[in-house]
Amino acid sequence: MSLFDHKISELHRLLHKKEISVSDLVDESFRRIGEVEEKVQAFLTLNEENARAKAKELDDKLAKEENDFGTLFGMPIGIKDNIVTKGLRTTCASKILYNFDPIYDATVMERLHEAGAITIGKLNMDEFAMGSSTENSGFQLTRNPWDLERVPGGSSGGSAAAVAAGEVPFALGSDTGGSIRQPAAFCGVVGLKPTYGRVSRFGLVAFASSLDQIGPITRTVEDNAYLLQVIAGLDPMDSTSANVEVPNYVEALTGDIKGLKIAVPKEYLGEGVSEEVRQSVLDALKVLEKLGATWEEVSLPHSKYALATYYLLASSEASANLARFDGVRYGYRTDNAKNLIDMYKQTRSEGFGNEVKRRIMLGTFALSSGYYDAYYKKAQKVRTLIKQDFEKVFEKYDVIIGPTTPTPAFKIGEKTHDPLTMYANDILTIPVNLAGVPGISVPCGFVNGLPVGLQIIGKHFDESTIYRVAHAFEQATDYHKQKPAL
Amino acid sequence: MSRISIEQVKHVAHLARLAITDEEAEMFTKQLDAIITFAEQLNELDTENVPPTSHVLDMKNVMREDVPTPGLPREEVLKNAPDHQDGQFRVPAILE
Repeated sequence: MSLFDHKISELHRLLHKKEISVSDLVDESFRRIGEVEEKVQAFLTLNEENARAKAKELDDKLAKEENDFGTLFGMPIGIKDNIVTKGLRTTCASKILYNFDPIYDATVMERLHEAGAITIGKLNMDEFAMGSSTENSGFQLTRNPWDLERVPGGSSGGSAAAVAAGEVPFALGSDTGGSIRQPAAFCGVVGLKPTYGRVSRFGLVAFASSLDQIGPITRTVEDNAYLLQVIAGLDPMDSTSANVEVPNYVEALTGDIKGLKIAVPKEYLGEGVSEEVRQSVLDALKVLEKLGATWEEVSLPHSKYALATYYLLASSEASANLARFDGVRYGYRTDNAKNLIDMYKQTRSEGFGNEVKRRIMLGTFALSSGYYDAYYKKAQKVRTLIKQDFEKVFEKYDVIIGPTTPTPAFKIGEKTHDPLTMYANDILTIPVNLAGVPGISVPCGFVNGLPVGLQIIGKHFDESTIYRVAHAFEQATDYHKQKPAL
Repeated sequence: MSRISIEQVKHVAHLARLAITDEEAEMFTKQLDAIITFAEQLNELDTENVPPTSHVLDMKNVMREDVPTPGLPREEVLKNAPDHQDGQFRVPAILE
């Protein structure tokens, strides 16, 4: 039994009753990291000294019976390494930022601090969030806690693995084409990609600005709702953050889904989806039916075009966003440059890994004169069709449900030989980012000891409904209670 | 027919300020060609009258009051610079 088997609400009860201290929680994180990190390798940087000092400070507050506890008072959290943390190294798992210490905090970090959360460390990822297995990290290989020969998923692989391994009870990830939901599915935890604009992107190192969202990775749906509550909302520093009221997400967890109308896209259970995963999803639908929901098959006819659309758009945006890494203001700079242009080229070539270079080149090509209309603009038009598919279904249904991934976690090295094979892993998560709607992955079964994720997709800004459904499902099953034998 | 030639890949690399070896150029040509060929499935769709997505939400021209606020302190900003002098970023010669 670990302290982290308790939910936030329960940990707060124990803190108030003085049965545990904040230092106990932080100790538990570092104890577990000492125990399993050598195997899992989820963390790129630890924040031990600061975390312990902060725990003492909060324990003093607790002793003085001050009653201004934030929502996440004393809660240890891990942060994906593409979210800037003031004074705490932030590398995006790229050599080009190997020595970068941010001079300000991302908005989500400010909000976490105000709520009383304690940063335990920074978590591994695919370089600049480009990848689906965390194998594209410039520094280390993170392993799936359920099977150390397998990938944790990606790009937020470190975040999902650290939560699954019990090193931290909660983490933040980011999701551009599935990078929260897919690793959450592979590691048997809960991961939410909020509506585009729900959470400020200020201080999230940009990959594809029209798709990126920060979201929570947790063990339970309730904890996930607590975290979103803290980080959601309008931010003057991000003009794409939405001026839409943030509801009380925890209150939405009523357990009642009677009369809920579920749409199941036939494209999400068809070709490419393994039989076992398909069966797990059908079983999950039976559970939801028992709880009073009904489901019908629908079609999202442009699903098969989402992957191509995504790679053109995300790479185009990345090629512009990553132009800032030039060896001038921060990060790595080559030693062997004759002049300025040469310095840019050598710095970028030595600093970026192959997947990042590939996407920068694809994006530069798709945006270049003579090709812009054929590739970039065409993809923007298809994006409209994909978005309309979702709008049409949501006229009649409350949520869309399918698998998060076509298969459970694959083996390390299994898909690195061919970029397209790796990309295909994201076919079920990418459409959600293109449409800007929210999606959550919750554990819904096991295949050969590997977790399977159920994806629940909602309307714009309707995180409350997908949380309600995810929570009702979680209460009716015990998949979330199982832990890897590490 | 290939969608992208090795010369084009070298040109794109130059535009993106990436130095690539001949060997890398060959590898990237093969991979990018496969990805672009795959992407051309979008041509199956008639999008003549479809507007391109500029934003997924109905949101445009977000404005704020035009009030000056202090920026980041110069010493702080220069902390991460590979090279700086007299409060400015220093780079290699622009002309040889």
